[in-house]
Parts: sequence; C-alpha cells; structure tokens
Amino acid sequence: MSSRDKILAKIAQNQPEFSALPDLKGLGNVYESPAQQFKTILEGIGGKVIEFSDWSEIKSFVKEHFEANSRIISTLPELAEIAELNWAENDPHTLENVDLTIIKGHLGVAENSAIWITESLLKQRVSAFIPQYLAIVLDAKSLVSSMHEAYAQIGMEEYGFATFLAGPSKTADIEQSLVLGAHGARGLTVFLKV
Amino acid sequence: MESKVLEHSKASEVFNKDKERVGWHDETLWFVRSKRDKAAHNIPDWELLRSTASSIKHNVLSNMHDYLVEFEKNALANGVHVHWAADAEEHNKIVHGIIAKHGVTRMVKSKSMLTEECHLNDYLSKNGVEVIDTDLGERIVQLRDEPPSHIVLPAIHLKKEDVGETFHIHLGTEKGNKDPQYLTEAARHHLRETFLTRKIALTGVNFAVAQTGEFVVCTNEGNADMGAHLADVHIACMGFEKLIPRREHLGVFLRLLARSATGQPITTYSSHFKKPREGQEMHIVIVDNGRSTQLAREDFRNSLKCIRCGACMNTCPVYRRSGGHSYHNAVAGPIGSILAPNLDMRKNADLPFASTLCGSCSNVCPVKIDIHDQLYKWRQVIVKEGYATTSKKLGMGAMTFTLSNPAIYQTGGKVGRWFMRNVPFVVNNGLNPWFKNREMPEPPKESFREWYLNNKKS
Repeated sequence: MSSRDKILAKIAQNQPEFSALPDLKGLGNVYESPAQQFKTILEGIGGKVIEFSDWSEIKSFVKEHFEANSRIISTLPELAEIAELNWAENDPHTLENVDLTIIKGHLGVAENSAIWITESLLKQRVSAFIPQYLAIVLDAKSLVSSMHEAYAQIGMEEYGFATFLAGPSKTADIEQSLVLGAHGARGLTVFLKV
Repeated sequence: MESKVLEHSKASEVFNKDKERVGWHDETLWFVRSKRDKAAHNIPDWELLRSTASSIKHNVLSNMHDYLVEFEKNALANGVHVHWAADAEEHNKIVHGIIAKHGVTRMVKSKSMLTEECHLNDYLSKNGVEVIDTDLGERIVQLRDEPPSHIVLPAIHLKKEDVGETFHIHLGTEKGNKDPQYLTEAARHHLRETFLTRKIALTGVNFAVAQTGEFVVCTNEGNADMGAHLADVHIACMGFEKLIPRREHLGVFLRLLARSATGQPITTYSSHFKKPREGQEMHIVIVDNGRSTQLAREDFRNSLKCIRCGACMNTCPVYRRSGGHSYHNAVAGPIGSILAPNLDMRKNADLPFASTLCGSCSNVCPVKIDIHDQLYKWRQVIVKEGYATTSKKLGMGAMTFTLSNPAIYQTGGKVGRWFMRNVPFVVNNGLNPWFKNREMPEPPKESFREWYLNNKKS
C-alpha cells in the first residue's frame, strides 16, 4: 500500500463524526467610506495613497519622485511615456534592477488595505516583489469593505497565481523594530482613481 | 543542536539566570500580545469570526479524507505534482529526491515549521544540499546554528547586539553596528543575491483549498514570493491539517491570522499559488507524521485546528519567562506542548507540565482550541502511561499517601508550620522548589481544622 493510501485509510478511520460547515453570513464590517478606511489603514502600515483623475498626474508624480535614469516598468499602456512596457516575455531574473513597477489592482479591501492582483495584471509573477518600489493603480469604485465581500467578488475566478498585497515589504525580526523593505518593495504608493 | 535535551524546567532555570534579559523577553512578547488585543478589538465581529473559524476547522477534521482527495484531484488538474509522506523521514526523502533529480545542491527556503518538525535542513545538509533560510529571523538563527525560538518571531530571544555580532561574523557588517535598519539592509542584499541564483525554492503552506487545489503562503517580507517566482522548481510542504474547504473560507482565516499573530490587519503578502508559472515545476508534499494518530484522540484532535499564529505563546506567562528553546520542540509554547506529546510522548513528557493552566492561551486562540484543558488532560495521559519523571512520581506518591491518611496530614501540617515559624531557613533555600523566584508565605497560626474545632462550640 502506498503512503497515500495508508494515510487516507487511517484518516478515514480516525476522523470524527461529520460536522456541517457554518455559513458566513453576518461576518465583516461595512464602512461608510471605504476609501477613507482604506487610506487610514494603508498609511498605518507604511503605504501612501495619492488620489488622481488623469494619467498625467501619475506621470508627473513619478517624474518628481524618481530620477531620470531609474528603471521603471509598467503593464499600463497609458504610462508608455515614463515606463518600459515590453518586458513580460523576458526571464524574470532580468527584472532584478527595476526601481519601480507600476501595475493595476483588481480591487481593494477597506478593512486591511489589501489589494487583489492576479497573474494577468502582473505579467511576470515576480514583478510586484522584485522592484525597489511598487505603485498600484486602483479604481476607488473597486473598493469593498471586507475580505468576505472581496472573496464573494473573486468567486471561482481562474488564475495561476494571485495575491492580496497590503503595504510595503517589512520585518520586525530584529528586536521587534519595524523596518520597511525586507525583501520585497521598500515602498507602496496606491494611485486611487476618483 | 540536540546533543543533550534538558527538560523544560531545567532549561528555564538556565534562561532565568539573566534576570534583566528575562524581563526584556517577557515585556517584548507582552507588547506583541497587546498589539493583538488592539487589532482584535477593532473588529466588531471578532468573536463570531473565531467561532466561525473553529467550526470550519471542525468540519475539516470531520471530512478530512474527502477534502484531501478533492484537493489532490484539483492540484493535479492544475499541473502540480502531489506527494504523500507518512512521516518526517519520507518527507525529507521526497524533498531530497526532487532536488537530486534536478542535479542541484543549493536551495532557498521560506518559513516552514513543518520542515523544522522534520529536521529537513539537517537531512539535506548531510546529503550535500545547502539550504538558505530567507525569512530574516530564520536566517539569523540559522547563521547562529540555533533553532527558531518562536513560530512567527524566530529570533525573538535575541537582542540587536546579538544580531549585529552574528552579521558582523557572517555577513561582514561593521563591528558594533546594531541598528536594525542597517542590519536588515545587509540581509536584503545578501539574500537578494541568493534569490537570484537558486533554482529550487521551498515554502511552507498556510492554507490549502480543497475546492480549487490552490495553496496560500503568507509573509510580510516577501521572501516566499521572491524565492518561488525566481526558481525553476517550487516545492511546498504542508501538514494535511492545513486544508480548508473553499476559497471563500480564506476570508475568515486571513482576517484572523495576522491580527492574532502580530496585530497587523493582514500580512503584506497573502499569495495564492494555483498553477506553476510557464516552464516551472511545482510540487506539493502532504505530510502526516503523527497527525492521523492525533485525529483519533478525541481529547486532543482539536489541536489540529491550529493555524500557527503564535498568539498562545505571546500571552503565556511560562513561555514569556522561559523562552522558546526551553521547549525543545519545533513548535514551542502552549500549542507546542499539546502537539509534542503526540510526536514523542517520552521525550516530550515534561511539556504539558510547563504551564500554570491559567487559560490565557485558550482565550486568545483564533480557532478556539481548548489548549489549557488539553495540557491538563495530557498530564493525566502521561502519568498513566508511565512517562512522568521520577521526582514527579515520588512527589505524587507522597501526596497520595499523605492525603489519604488524615493523621499524617494533620501532623505534617503542624510540623511544616513549626519549621516555617521557628527555623525558616529550612524551607527558604534553594533545595525547596517552591522557594525559587518567590518568598515563602507567613505560616498561619493554626490549620483550618484546628480553628474549626476551637470555634465550633461558641
């Protein structure tokens, strides 16, 4: 008998009497202003929210905050003027010297400022993790209050990889002192379309 | 590392020699516990969330067989290789087999308590494979040749001076520089180089979804993602109890995990791995290693609901004052003390006694495991099975004898009070375990029985 069959047989024999799943009704807060809550939480964990209505505002923000020789990549054709767009087919290791990645997020969650991003928006899975800084463009209309609402929207969506991303990479492994920029992006800016 | 395993109380004595450090350790963990409280109180539905999570996990335990079959079927359909390991040895062999097949001798690993439980690093190093742990805390303790002392905060027993010295020796940082920002930056550069050059990455699994065959890995640092997305081969190792039924249940557990662990609203990255990326190979190793035995123990099976947040450790007065290493087990603290006897009852017989049974662990547990009740029940099992230490057996024997002989009990009390009053140094010394770290109380003038007999008539 294979280990698989042995393990499964022992589990079948030892598992307790069936107990039904609870329903998830009544879970999750509803925020009056999800955008305000999202912003408060994100700033609390070291991120930044910049509201915008026109792409030119993002371009000037980036030009102002990043030096001219910075390597900036994006998946958004609207930003062709300031960012490389043709990197999706390259080996992911070639992204090691990226200073800033600008991608889009599907939806944001007010309760914890997490942003849902699937592989189709990342192009390369590592693109959100490897750059020194990360910026995510998010529509304010896509904000939901809770993780339960978020998963209700995600439903059975198909993806190879997806992530809930909240704030910059961080660690407190040295004496509980918070340091931003452990292995992933040192900073996260969310451009919120209003 | 395990040349000589001290039992918990002895190891705690060693830990308690440095009073200042114990005080610091205690306060640091209490600070984390306080952050957890704040985060929990910000969520009006917190208690409902806990009971829902507990019920979902109960359903999982009761339907484990079918969920595992469903998970395997979906993972295979996603193009993932699925392996089954009955015990730690088989787990290590499977992982090594995958590495050897690719002719590789170096691997990066993000945090996985399961691989600690299986002593994978030792096994691989004996087989000529170099493993680099990439979680900052884990890398620190790895460089020091120590095991993690906490499942979420692996280097919580160390001060920044210790880390500065370790990094100076191994990573060439400036001597005497203990600035966390500087040290983290040094680790970032060192590990970036590692991520970029390793072909195989191993990660743990926080949750595995039966309905979709995907698994979720949570980190704050981004090390699991950096490793997995740059490697040609991704190996994910999980105890079978990591399963949850449906994707929507992630909403419940992701809300609980980070808030319970560190007081954060969610970890920075909650990554959902469903299919290997193009050209990549993905493996899942499902491990039993005693879990199916625990599943049969009615009193103890709830321990398999654990989501490894570490809240019970941060709140535990014994853990905070004895340190993770005193538990000589991959998972320390209250939860470790109810999991460990199932792995090896003889070796871990001391752990269920490393508790005051105050119940704080059960009160903070996000999946409502009755931890302190289980600690109490394990004590009974351990004594019944004959694994209690000789001193404990002698003590309990003497207790049984005294308590079942009223005359001896009365005389004993009288003698004890006389000694405490007239020659206190007989009890106030290091030979009396009750004197350690505390003063003996003033002895009462008379026992309750004497008082009652004297006052009954009036």
